[in-house]
Amino acid sequence: MAAIAGVAESDLGEVAPKNAMQLQAEAAREALGEAGLTFADVDAVFSAGGDGFAPSMAVAEYLGITPRFTDSTNIGGSSFVVHAGHAHLAIQAGLCEVALITYGSTQRSAASRSLGRSGGMRGLAQFEGVWGLPAPVGPYALAASRHMHEHGTTAEQLAEVAVATRKWASLNPKAFMRDPITVDDVLASRWIAQPLHLLDCCLVTDGGGAVVVVSRERARDLPRSPVWILGHGESHTHLGISSMPDLTTTPAAHSGAAAFGMAGLTPADVDVTELYDSFTITVLLTLEALGFCGRGEAGPFVSGQRTAPGGDFPLNTNGGGLSYCHPGMYGIFTLIEATRQLRGECGPRQVEGASVALANGTGGVLSSAATVVLGRD
Amino acid sequence: MTERAFPVPDAVTQPFWDGVAEGVLRVQRCVACGRYVFYPRAVCPHCTTGELEWVEATGAGVVHAFTIVHRAPPDYRDQVPYAVALVELDEGVRMMTRLVDVEPADVAVGMPVEVAIRGEPRLPYFRPAR
Repeated sequence: MAAIAGVAESDLGEVAPKNAMQLQAEAAREALGEAGLTFADVDAVFSAGGDGFAPSMAVAEYLGITPRFTDSTNIGGSSFVVHAGHAHLAIQAGLCEVALITYGSTQRSAASRSLGRSGGMRGLAQFEGVWGLPAPVGPYALAASRHMHEHGTTAEQLAEVAVATRKWASLNPKAFMRDPITVDDVLASRWIAQPLHLLDCCLVTDGGGAVVVVSRERARDLPRSPVWILGHGESHTHLGISSMPDLTTTPAAHSGAAAFGMAGLTPADVDVTELYDSFTITVLLTLEALGFCGRGEAGPFVSGQRTAPGGDFPLNTNGGGLSYCHPGMYGIFTLIEATRQLRGECGPRQVEGASVALANGTGGVLSSAATVVLGRD
Repeated sequence: MTERAFPVPDAVTQPFWDGVAEGVLRVQRCVACGRYVFYPRAVCPHCTTGELEWVEATGAGVVHAFTIVHRAPPDYRDQVPYAVALVELDEGVRMMTRLVDVEPADVAVGMPVEVAIRGEPRLPYFRPAR
């Protein structure tokens, strides 16, 4: 067994003049502090993204850590959920005891997002990068068009997700966008890539986070209740959207089944769910892939503000990538919020009595997925 | 203004782009298992063992999914709105493309389309089937 012993965000939103490494370092210090640990206790380092080459090396160097387990796996925004699973495995194997997972980005301050590249396109991009499809929203819009065609899913149903998520954000003082919105507001917002409107899309913010995973032995004397990793899974089905086997089935179908299988639980056992909501369609597809509803049923499933505060399916209780923060690779924030919910620390947005939580990251263009099922004592 | 994206062929993909230059749409087929492959590869992902040969596609297919782009990458902003689609060819493979000779509002999933090679850079666009 392994437990999440500490979680923290860095400053979020617009953090200039701070840089991405500083965000990770500050989050790491705070997350370790929650666990009563220091940099010297860390013997495994996991990171992805950040400033480029070999992020786990960069983080370890900055914090003065010489790990005996290291992992810079980058499969997009799901990477940190993958890292939590890998940390669990490494701890189980006796290869390490205290694993630090970090991420940081200043993409908003740096205005580093771009919808596409110019010039010569090599490799896969010679076929997918020459059509003016904005990345990453375009591929998600393609999947949305297919889901609408196959299942009659509507723009109003997609908008329900954005509206419900904003309600959660209004309860989170750290959320970037907290003013209420309506389904009509979403539908009236400008098109980005039909059928997705501006308010179907996640934010572009700065931010960072850290998660500390420790062995059962280390978890015995934590300052806060341990949050146990009960099961995890990971998969990917493609890199480019042209090669996605089924545009409406994400690899969370594989990662979720593996995670539930390991945990010995089913979707019905989950009290609170934190999904990577890069776009509203991502949420619908992921709910289906994880088995929370049947194939093609996610539109009706989220209708009537079912996922909002007070609804019977609490989802993305921090306000998600749609309204809380989205520094490019959001996955780590699903772990942070799931942990806080299980500790009962979430104040006005706390899901009462939550004892099982699910965190799911999605990476690339619906390309990769990683699922972690968490529980408390 | 930067240079708009253009394909850079490599040794494996050169026959595809040579075909486009000649006005022909080509895909690969496995000599062992008979299945079609796109994008071009050096090995057959279906059966592992077979060699891949180049064959001329019918050029016909249907729109499998599409989006109307309104917020375009920088080099394409003068062209909005336009339709980018995944087309499923008769051969069963999917290809990303831009739909031409059609109003964006008239595009639908399932619409029959055919290849229309044109433009600079020269690319395999698709248009409604005639």
